[in-house]
Amino acid sequence: MTLIFAPLRGIGRTTLAAFAAIGRIAIFAASAVSHILRPPFYPKEFVQAIFHIGYFSLPVVGMTALFTGGALALQIYSGGARFSAETVVPSIVAIGMVRELGPVLGGLMVAARVASSIAAEVGTMKVTEQIDALVTLSTHPMKYLTAPRVLAATLAVPVLVAVGDSIGIFGGYLVGVNRLGFNPATYLKNTRDFLEVWDIVSGLWKGAAFGFIVAVTGCYYGMNSGRGAQGVGRATKAAVVAASVLILATNYILTEVFFSA
Amino acid sequence: MITLAGIHKAFGPNRVLRGVDLVVPRGQSMVIIGGSGTGKSVLLKCILGLVQPDTGTITVDGQDATTAARDAFLARFGMLFQGGALFDSLPVWQNVAFRLLRGSLRRPKAEARDIAIEKLRRVGLKPETADLYPAELSGGMQKRVGLARAIAAEPEIIFFDEPTTGLDPIMAGVINELIREIVTEMGATAMTITHDMSSVRAIADRVAMLHGGVIQWTGPITEMDTTPDPYVQQFIHGRAEGPIEAVR
Repeated sequence: MTLIFAPLRGIGRTTLAAFAAIGRIAIFAASAVSHILRPPFYPKEFVQAIFHIGYFSLPVVGMTALFTGGALALQIYSGGARFSAETVVPSIVAIGMVRELGPVLGGLMVAARVASSIAAEVGTMKVTEQIDALVTLSTHPMKYLTAPRVLAATLAVPVLVAVGDSIGIFGGYLVGVNRLGFNPATYLKNTRDFLEVWDIVSGLWKGAAFGFIVAVTGCYYGMNSGRGAQGVGRATKAAVVAASVLILATNYILTEVFFSA
Repeated sequence: MITLAGIHKAFGPNRVLRGVDLVVPRGQSMVIIGGSGTGKSVLLKCILGLVQPDTGTITVDGQDATTAARDAFLARFGMLFQGGALFDSLPVWQNVAFRLLRGSLRRPKAEARDIAIEKLRRVGLKPETADLYPAELSGGMQKRVGLARAIAAEPEIIFFDEPTTGLDPIMAGVINELIREIVTEMGATAMTITHDMSSVRAIADRVAMLHGGVIQWTGPITEMDTTPDPYVQQFIHGRAEGPIEAVR
């Protein structure tokens, strides 16, 4: 009997641990929001975080979007050719980029770059007692470390998504015009005509949610890092994994909310 | 005066503190000695509220540490951490003047910088050090910067966590002398945790020995060598044989 129930117990334990972790992250996120809203504020740390999260992520998000837009154009063209629908390439590239691929791939790239760096930085601060030092200097770590990063990521990632969307559509345009033989003016007209404002706005909302998730998970795992280099390494890995999974799950939920009939 | 009564703290099954009672008189330098892992750092962190004791009371000048207004309470303290705990992202002067650049003790930036440079000078560092980053400093210099940060806001109570760990004997002597001078000239109450006996003799007015989660012995430094307490005698002479079990 024990052998029969052992795998079930393992599944149960893992499921409960996952729910417990989500609960702890949710409480941490609520605390972060409350610290964002209440003074004191740290504008210098916020500006630094905006640069770190937003500006310095532009190259990786831009490159990802450029190649994704191009690949998307090729895929839609070859797939559409099966039922003589090659002309939908511009509109599907645009809609696919702004609704789905721009926010999701942008969010995942920021998760890889930013959640890891926040977790490593904050985790190192934890193990070298810098966070304890902050407390003894009458500075709340949630206010000084977490609040500026969470606010900055929530505001910066939608901007990154907007830039990524534009570059992705441009990537599709380059492939469409130079490789697939589309007329440039027609390609742009189709892109413009079939794209609605809500397509773009929904993607930006997703970007804000993903930015929030990235910064919260980075800070949470950093603040709860184990001891030593191994502890910081584990925290960094856990932050990236948790941020990526939460981004994909949140993306599905938001898509249901925004677009379900 | 800092008073600890019946402090217990456990981490899971590991009962680190098992009823610590200790009084640190105002203006005195108390050094807590004890082996590694006996809970000396946990005790300091309990006083500062960085670790919550399971039971027991901590009062500072009659004020309960757990119910006091946090900012005002912490403004009375300065702390030198074992590894310095300097903020890597800030230059040295901003580390020293951290408290003076934000919060209730905020000063204009130029004034905060001047105070930081003055405190750096007090711990024997040149003004040129002010614009360096912590990673550019040696271990001894980092300790001095940590010391300058601990005294920057002129606190009433200063904690020193293993102030000479990792330093060569000469630099350790310099840091010990600095701590003694600064504590005397500021009239501050000091609590130091260490297992470096040269530090104990240089810094302490009173000594307390923590072992087995309780204070085994406490008394003036002048009585430390003559006390018959077997724990203290084994510890200060570094004997392998005695009531303290050495893990081999």
